[in-house]
Amino acid sequence: MTVTASKPANFDRRLHRRRKIYNYVFLALTGIATAIALIALALIMETLVVKGLAGMNIQVFTLSQPPPDMPGGLLNAIVGSLIMCAVGMVIALFIGILAGTWLAEYGDGTRLATVVRFLNDILISAPSILIGLFVYELLVRPFQGFSAAAGAVALALLAMPVATRATEDIMRLQPYALREAGMALGANRGLVIRSIIWRASTSGLMTGALLSFARISGETAPLLFTTLGNPFLSFRLNQPMAALPTTIFQFAMSAYDDWQRLAWAGALIIAVTVLTTNILGRALTRGSTQK
Amino acid sequence: MTFEEPNRDIPTVMIPPPQGDRVIDVHNLDFFYGKNQALWGIDLPVARNKVTALIGPSGCGKSTLLRTLNRIYDLYPGQTASGEIMFDGENILDQAKNSEQLRARIGMVFQRPTPFPMSIYDNIAFGVRLHRSVARAEMDEIVERSLVRAALWDEVKDKLATSGLGLSGGQQQRLCVARGIAINPDVLLLDEPASALDPLSTAKLESTLMELKDSLTIVIVTHNLQQAARISDYTGFMLLGKMIEFRPSSDAFVSPETKQMQDYITGRFG
Amino acid sequence: MMSAMASAASPDHQTLPGAAAKPRNDTAFRWLCLGAVLAMMAALLGLVGSLVSGGWLALSHFGISFFTTSTWDPVADQYGAAAPIVGTLVTAFLALVLSLPVAVGVAVFLVEICPQGIARWLAIAVELLAGIPSIVYGMWGLFVLAPWFAANIQLPLMMAAQPGSWLESFISGVPNGANIFTASLILAVMILPYMAAILRELLMSVPSHMREAAYGLGCTQREVVVRIMLPYVQKSAIGAVMLGLGRALGETMAVTFIIGNSHNFPHSLFDSGSTISSTIANEFTEATGDMHLSALVALGLVLFMITFVTIALARLLLGRGGTK
Repeated sequence: MTVTASKPANFDRRLHRRRKIYNYVFLALTGIATAIALIALALIMETLVVKGLAGMNIQVFTLSQPPPDMPGGLLNAIVGSLIMCAVGMVIALFIGILAGTWLAEYGDGTRLATVVRFLNDILISAPSILIGLFVYELLVRPFQGFSAAAGAVALALLAMPVATRATEDIMRLQPYALREAGMALGANRGLVIRSIIWRASTSGLMTGALLSFARISGETAPLLFTTLGNPFLSFRLNQPMAALPTTIFQFAMSAYDDWQRLAWAGALIIAVTVLTTNILGRALTRGSTQK
Repeated sequence: MTFEEPNRDIPTVMIPPPQGDRVIDVHNLDFFYGKNQALWGIDLPVARNKVTALIGPSGCGKSTLLRTLNRIYDLYPGQTASGEIMFDGENILDQAKNSEQLRARIGMVFQRPTPFPMSIYDNIAFGVRLHRSVARAEMDEIVERSLVRAALWDEVKDKLATSGLGLSGGQQQRLCVARGIAINPDVLLLDEPASALDPLSTAKLESTLMELKDSLTIVIVTHNLQQAARISDYTGFMLLGKMIEFRPSSDAFVSPETKQMQDYITGRFG
Repeated sequence: MMSAMASAASPDHQTLPGAAAKPRNDTAFRWLCLGAVLAMMAALLGLVGSLVSGGWLALSHFGISFFTTSTWDPVADQYGAAAPIVGTLVTAFLALVLSLPVAVGVAVFLVEICPQGIARWLAIAVELLAGIPSIVYGMWGLFVLAPWFAANIQLPLMMAAQPGSWLESFISGVPNGANIFTASLILAVMILPYMAAILRELLMSVPSHMREAAYGLGCTQREVVVRIMLPYVQKSAIGAVMLGLGRALGETMAVTFIIGNSHNFPHSLFDSGSTISSTIANEFTEATGDMHLSALVALGLVLFMITFVTIALARLLLGRGGTK
């Protein structure tokens, strides 16, 4: 059976061929761009893993900062980072979750909410070194001394806007029917939020917490002039304390080979921590709510 | 997930147009979404310069069938078709991805209006320039003629340079029709083009389609039986992925043969 | 539906004991939440306030010359910030120029070209890489990129350049790989996954019926992407780019390692230089004089203003949708 069209072709074959060639060039360019990006990032990861593993041994986790040419590790820095991150996270989550709750539940439609949301977005992207300067002026200069507490506050200020945003976003995902059902039982708004909405949002809030932790655990700049650093293991919040990123910075810039090796080991530890936290956060979201 | 052919035993009725009048001839077409079969052995003869309407309850496969005719399903890996869709002496399912040429000759208008983020003029010129080089003066002519045929010219002639996104829904849809016919295709496919429109816009769109069929073959999917009866020359009724009854519209809505089509057009199911 | 309306209207509903007993609780909780919001606002205001008050000494003393001169001399207590300000702007823009085409290419490849199975994994990889701490990029720049660059690009170029030619003046500098260009390169690599991730999300937000309509008209992939999808997300895409720029402007650690930390005004692409944040990071803890400290804080204020404008524009363009 043959079926023929009545009209001559309504397109120009040469034009079509030219467009096809342009298209292949374009496809090739995007492929090359992707290859460039992947190679660059793979190179960085490779260096990090090779040099990081080379510097890794059990002493990294069991000994504190050595003098040059002596065996030592990053214990003081790891412990310091954990303490400051923990304190910072507690502060950030307390304020961030409440502020996010206000934005999602109470502030809707008000001008204040619009302003706060905007400023929060600004704060999320603000250069972290400025947070360091602020906390220096706020807590270091007046008290005449660097302290772990100041470092924790700086980290809290970084994590807070992330937590606020995540809280608001996740609470908005909860269906309004859930709130109505709670109110219909006679509970007031606050009780509904705390006992129903927060509970329904648990995994989302956890994700938010993990993401904000990932955000601050690798931060160096804001700690430089708040906790200063401390070559010894310390648990006192009112004293200078070592942090992993600042120690890495100090060691990497030094001229000593073994310090540089420790710096790479530390960088690997931080990168693995951040990646694991991010993956955990994603897995949590994937598992419960649909993104 | 079923691999069983549904309603195997339902009798089917085919009263096709004469062979020499067909511009597209679909034979024994199967279609799969991944492993799920959505169309079963479809036959569809499309008569030249006529309006062919595809009707049936939602999920019957009428949109799927329409989307095989210009191979738009190619965009989605996992969607496959087998069988025969003869157009201009070739089975379009055989062609190695020469979809640009195919789509120059078989245009499509979608359920939702899709004006591109550019001016009204450029919305039309864009499609034309894809397929041939046209001088500015000729392009002006093509734009005007297409808009006139789509019954939109009077409403937009003073704002051709403004964005197509600023038009009303009905105007946007007629812009999409104008964009489709500006390329001068042999066939225009319409996938429920009026489902997002108000009654007045729908009426305008229908009269546009009636004007067009002197020079253009139209295949339209619709869930609106009155619309199918008003504008179509041939009607295909589909159910569960099969073509149940295909016949001239003049008697399709008066005396359908199959029980299923009788039930459907009298509103007993679907 | 009917029964739900009936129960909502029933008198029992208003007289449940809990409802009457607990309004005060709600008020207290509400104020607590509002308090948290005000604390956040106070943090931002405090940030600006502390930068202004801390930098006031230097700004009022040097006036406009703080921005126009480039003598940065802690010994003589003379501070002109032109070099780090220019360094910040140049490195950030250069990074953006290097990074943007690649980021767009990656986003397009992931959304429109690569098979979806692989694209999902690549996209996750890109997003994870966006979270790698910047100090890692900095160390890689210092220990790997800079020596390689000096040996394989900078030295050969300097040998090849005719003395006095435009090329020579363009690339002159200490051949150690620590310069404006390598700093920009590291910044570019750092903001690349970040921008690619946002651009990918934007491209995915283009409605599928828009893509279908374009393909249905006979477009090739290039035409669908360049003529339809990119214009469709244009505004948000510019926002995404501004966010990337904001990141590059404010980044400290990736740059401090590799820019060479010189206070002189950079004279060529391969000259060492400094940025605002690298200057602050290097000198703040060692600054002893009040004027030196104040000058550094004033630098911070300048950085804040530059990034504030950038980020604010970005957020306005992006709206509330496809942002992180």
